[in-house]
Amino acid sequence: MVVSFFSPRLEWMSAVVESWFLILAAIAMLLGGANLFMHHSNLIYNQKPGWGYSALTLAGFLITLVAGLLKLGVPLTPQFPEHAWAGSFEEQPGVIWWLYEYIIKPSTSTMFALLSFFVASAAFRAFRAKSTEAALLLVTALIVLLGRSYAGTILSAPVGDAYSFAALTDFVIMSVINTSGQRAIVIGIALGVAATSLRILLGMDRSYLGADE
Amino acid sequence: MSSTPSGPTTSKADDDQSSPSRQPLHWGHLVAENGGYLLARLGAANIDRRWIFLLMLLAVGIPVLTKATFPEKPTANVKAVFNHIEELKPGSRVLVSMDYDPASAAELNPMAVSFLRHLASRGHKIYLMTLWPAASPLINENTNEVLNDEFAEKNLEYGKDWMFLGYQAGEVVAIKKVADNLRALFPTDARGTSLEKIPMMEGIHSLKDFDLLLNVSAGYPGAKEWVQYATTTTRTPMAVGCTGVQGPQLYPYIPDRVLGILAAIKGAAEYEAALSEKYPRFAEPRLNEGLQRMGPQLWAHLLMICLIVAGNILYVLSRCFPLNVYGVGANSHRADVTPAPGGPA
Repeated sequence: MVVSFFSPRLEWMSAVVESWFLILAAIAMLLGGANLFMHHSNLIYNQKPGWGYSALTLAGFLITLVAGLLKLGVPLTPQFPEHAWAGSFEEQPGVIWWLYEYIIKPSTSTMFALLSFFVASAAFRAFRAKSTEAALLLVTALIVLLGRSYAGTILSAPVGDAYSFAALTDFVIMSVINTSGQRAIVIGIALGVAATSLRILLGMDRSYLGADE
Repeated sequence: MSSTPSGPTTSKADDDQSSPSRQPLHWGHLVAENGGYLLARLGAANIDRRWIFLLMLLAVGIPVLTKATFPEKPTANVKAVFNHIEELKPGSRVLVSMDYDPASAAELNPMAVSFLRHLASRGHKIYLMTLWPAASPLINENTNEVLNDEFAEKNLEYGKDWMFLGYQAGEVVAIKKVADNLRALFPTDARGTSLEKIPMMEGIHSLKDFDLLLNVSAGYPGAKEWVQYATTTTRTPMAVGCTGVQGPQLYPYIPDRVLGILAAIKGAAEYEAALSEKYPRFAEPRLNEGLQRMGPQLWAHLLMICLIVAGNILYVLSRCFPLNVYGVGANSHRADVTPAPGGPA
């Protein structure tokens, strides 16, 4: 893949490797499914602590798998009315659609929404100006919190748009301070990756093969 | 005003004057100290977190119910994206990769819907795809709601005006495939129709053949990977709508690799404001979910600020009036403070 970057004539090499990757990714998905099944079956069989959660996981896995493979409840398509399995497995009112609409959507949204409660609690308990760096972070957080809501617009109305909390957030904190820091990190990581890759390619680093150094 | 005995006689009490518990007390000192004591106790007692949860529930729940909205002014980032779509000539080919799932839909769906409205209003050709398996039903919902219902009068036709390539596994490799050879990655669209049979796919072989890439991104794989593995080599203009936490990571790519970003629900609300200004048919409140969600966000942010400030005041007070085994500060009569395990006897 590295070589193909330097010569358009060798791009086919990269394409072959990418195709292999996609095939391996699909096989890995199958392996992952099999592994999940065996791991949780083992926990249930031995009635290890928390085996009830494993049963729930396995039930969800199997129901989704069967409903998707058999396209349970999927309506007939106008193009192919004689073929019962011609419709998409996600179509309403199929079982997969129902699972997505009434289980996946609400549960994942709830998990994400719960963050606001924990963030609020953490802000009260842990966000303390214990050092200069923490104080700077705290002041920055307060400016961004104001700049990303209408409160900042109201509070900075007397000073005008140029010096508003929103402008301070966008043009100073995000575009200057954050961008310079992020760029430094990205460039540092890129140099580190290049150096590590070179060491591996030149045989100077064999730790990935299990060697000591 | 002093509360200590005075006089020439020396006693054990006088010897102890160096101790904070025996120093002369001013009434202001007393008030400050006792107030500090109460607040320090309040902080040290670790307020039941359920009170904070309740406050957050009210801060978010009441504005959701009242549906209060506030005016938004598009910032430079949002204007850059909006203006670029405006300036593309009608019929331009725009690839929209919606890489998110229901967990982040509250934040990202408003901007995905706004992108679709804007593209359809300008008459651009819309090519949808996703790298996230749970995104397909969301995309179907959005296309039904916007392209089929809201633009019913335009009679947008699948395969000619818009199409959905579907979900593809492979993450960054899939992104690289789109950049190099899209047809190898997507032999058919999401409905199983061969790309050869879809009129709007004529002349499309890779990302280079698109006029713009719009990415609605919730994480990995997402906007950063699109920049690193696709647009850096193809030089296709790209604009991003992303979650709040992703925003700071994407700023370094502006403006060379990314035209602009719509960060979090505020970005979506600003885009909706810009869209409503240009196309008044979208000014209806029910069509502006991003603007509606800025109400709860305002109160949640204010609550967060109050909590941070309160937490820090308590922290400072606890430093000034530390709890010890004898009580608080000078007032050793407070016997209700239990000595800490392992503390001084």
